Amino acid sequence: MYDVIIIGAGVIGAAAARELSRLRLHTAVLEAKADVAMGSSGANSAIVHAGYDAETGTAMARTNVAGNRLYDRWREELAIPFIRNGSLVLAFDDADMATLEKLRMQGVRNGVEGQRILSGAKAREMEPTLSEDIVGALYQPMGGITSPYQAVVALMENAAQNGVQVYLSHPVTGIKQDRNGFRIQTPEGDFHTKLIVNCAGVQADRIARLAGDDSFSIIPRRGEYCLYDKREGADVAHTLFQPPGKMGKGILVTPTVDGNLLTGPTARDIDDRDDTGTTDIGIGEVLIKSARSVPGLNRRGVIRTFAGLRAQASTGDFILGESEAVPGLIHGAGICSPGLSAAPAIGRELADAVRRLLPCEDNPDFDPYREAIPNFRESDWETRERLIREDPRYGRIVCRCETVTEAEIVSALHRPLPARTLDAIKRRTRAGMGRCQGGFCTPRIMEIIERELGIPILEQTKKGGASHMVTGRIKGGRAQ
Amino acid sequence: MTRDVDIAIIGGGPAGLAAALAARQAGVEDILILEREIHLGGILNQCIHNGFGLHRFQEELTGPEYAYRFVEKVKEAEIPCMTEAMVLSITGDKSIYAIHPHEGLMHIRAGAIILAMGCRERPRGAILIPGERPAGVYTAGMAQKLTNMQGYMPGQEIVILGSGDIGLIMARRLTWEGAEVKMVCEIMPYSSGLARNVHQCLHDYDIPLRLQHTVTAIHGRERLEAVTVSRVDDSMTPIPGTEERVSCDCLLLSVGLIPENELSHEIGVEMDPVTGGALVDEGRQTSAAGVFACGNVLHVHDLVDYVSEEAEIAARSAAAYIQGKKQYGEKTVSIQPGNGIRYVLPQRLSGTEPTELYFRGRDVYRGGRVEVLAGDTVIKSRKVIKLAPGEMERVKLGAEELQAIREAGSCEVRWIKPEE
Repeated sequence: MYDVIIIGAGVIGAAAARELSRLRLHTAVLEAKADVAMGSSGANSAIVHAGYDAETGTAMARTNVAGNRLYDRWREELAIPFIRNGSLVLAFDDADMATLEKLRMQGVRNGVEGQRILSGAKAREMEPTLSEDIVGALYQPMGGITSPYQAVVALMENAAQNGVQVYLSHPVTGIKQDRNGFRIQTPEGDFHTKLIVNCAGVQADRIARLAGDDSFSIIPRRGEYCLYDKREGADVAHTLFQPPGKMGKGILVTPTVDGNLLTGPTARDIDDRDDTGTTDIGIGEVLIKSARSVPGLNRRGVIRTFAGLRAQASTGDFILGESEAVPGLIHGAGICSPGLSAAPAIGRELADAVRRLLPCEDNPDFDPYREAIPNFRESDWETRERLIREDPRYGRIVCRCETVTEAEIVSALHRPLPARTLDAIKRRTRAGMGRCQGGFCTPRIMEIIERELGIPILEQTKKGGASHMVTGRIKGGRAQ
Repeated sequence: MTRDVDIAIIGGGPAGLAAALAARQAGVEDILILEREIHLGGILNQCIHNGFGLHRFQEELTGPEYAYRFVEKVKEAEIPCMTEAMVLSITGDKSIYAIHPHEGLMHIRAGAIILAMGCRERPRGAILIPGERPAGVYTAGMAQKLTNMQGYMPGQEIVILGSGDIGLIMARRLTWEGAEVKMVCEIMPYSSGLARNVHQCLHDYDIPLRLQHTVTAIHGRERLEAVTVSRVDDSMTPIPGTEERVSCDCLLLSVGLIPENELSHEIGVEMDPVTGGALVDEGRQTSAAGVFACGNVLHVHDLVDYVSEEAEIAARSAAAYIQGKKQYGEKTVSIQPGNGIRYVLPQRLSGTEPTELYFRGRDVYRGGRVEVLAGDTVIKSRKVIKLAPGEMERVKLGAEELQAIREAGSCEVRWIKPEE
């Protein structure tokens, strides 16, 4: 019997899990997929917004501004990559300038600090690759960038370290209310809990319905992106937004915390909640529109395209707190943009909601700190030398594009939240994320997984389920 | 560990091995090969098919056999090799920073550096195929490693995109292993691989080569289930209405190789945007004095025989550089690819010693002539039977012709259409 079960291991579920691990509660997380951050949290703009964009008085505005400020603590305590690189909302004409002023005023009302409207010349001085067509910009020094999947891994590792049970590959198939709370059904067995925290992303309305709450629905909105080689990323320092439209914040151009360049997203409402495929039209739109901001972008620098879904709620705002229809069911639902920015504050609000329903003491053993896997690539020469001396596997590069060592991969397989798939290793170490996209290192990593975890290569998957990497042995090999 | 060495060779594949032997023959004692893998031989180790060495040894060898001939000689010559040594950085003063599991951090100060890092395959993202991201979409080279080195099948029903040589070789290899290779799609109107590979790997096994076709969508959430194949027009744009859904569990990409020049960029050598490699003179010296390049890191070769040959050229001039016999790089004359020519290598000439120009056609041409010009004067002319981007051509220039080029101050290689 658990006190709380969180459904969903995206950034909201992970932030909630970590906040709940501060409390003396039996907490568990159920995740349908084979790893954390496999939904919206794994494929988005990776931006920590300043908080001017959401309408004043909404949950979005409140949690965005508060969440933004908490990222410094996440970086310090959890070693989550976070750079406050500042953002520029670009204006291409006078109408856009009026939009910028409206955004600035909204930012003031929302409590955003440091905003400034700049001339086109000043903006180009800050960001020399900007288009000559830009007449002005709204500078947001509080804007930042992070790595969403690394954030989720860090939060969930810290939660696990502090006693939260994480069940991956446990899709929820039914929820029954009983005397003590809920019985959650999964193919792996039933779980009993007093409270449920619904952080199921694009599936959050389905989870709500399984529990008997049909007060909202989720409309998945797909966004397509282009990711560039690191050599293309050096040219842009700030996150560059175009003026927002009805469907979102427009096409942005931003550096990533890893030194790549990211452009996107498109915005298209779709019916299929698993459809993260890219389209010709979508990628074409990203390439054309991003060139409006930075004309010099070289499309030959694209090493990967991807798409993610934003979980837009029918209510138009984040849905936070206890369900009116089902007592004991707490929603962290409808978390579209700026959900990543708001996550630290949403995690706190969800934990507060739990505590109101289930008064409890603090967890005396809670440790807020989580150590990252030592990052060879970003270490100085002295540290690199020490790492190799302590463990020769640091001297063996497996992923040459991203300079990921064998020691880092082995470590990812034995962490509090161990990697079990090729994609999970990628999320934790960046192996396979570089310009060759895993062409050289994947076979090697498969051998390491087999050696370290005893999972035969034949059974290894890219991302769980039926995503097997190979289909059998060659002729004359061992029998299958 | 800090050490000095006369010539450091980065890469222990066919280029690095041949360079080491040639440098030793040219009288350089102090040589060091740095190889990132556990074994010498580079990509040849996974190329277990035959066809290597026809030019050099007049016999058909497999990749490992070809590599072995050089590895043995390197061992006999007692040339020091460090395997599992990964170079992370090179500086302008020819300092190399590398790591090794047991030596730790290594700082190597070289008199000359020969870049021989090879190339990598262009991934899916680089060619922007839309659709899902399931397992089963691999580069042909990765599939080759899985099959030949590890003994696993990348799939059972296979579509190959791109008719590069590795894709063609893998079509045959996987057919032998019992897979069904449904088709090879090539966006161009001709194969980018060697003609002999098209015959021996596709035609002999009735594997369809769909020219002017490409993959326009990838289907399947977990494992690949199908691809959409479309015809393209002459501007390589998919033609609406020609889409065909082809069920398959594996898509192999053989859509081009990219010289692996991250280290070269770091020291700021001038690059050729067409080859993706450094700009070099006839001694394969880059714009950084004392830094030479050869093999697939310089331009992608179709035959390893020519890689070895080019490595020997680079090694001889690196030796001359070390021995102070020659100072390349001064007063160079640039060579321009003219009509119908995609690139010429070397891109510049700095001496008058007889040399050979390597070049490739921009398209498939039949008949006509290839001409070498010094200024406006044709100094060499040769009949063409067929010129194709997939097959590298060569033309020899003697001392007199080179003298003419130096005097004219410019050089061009061009293709002249056959007269009607």
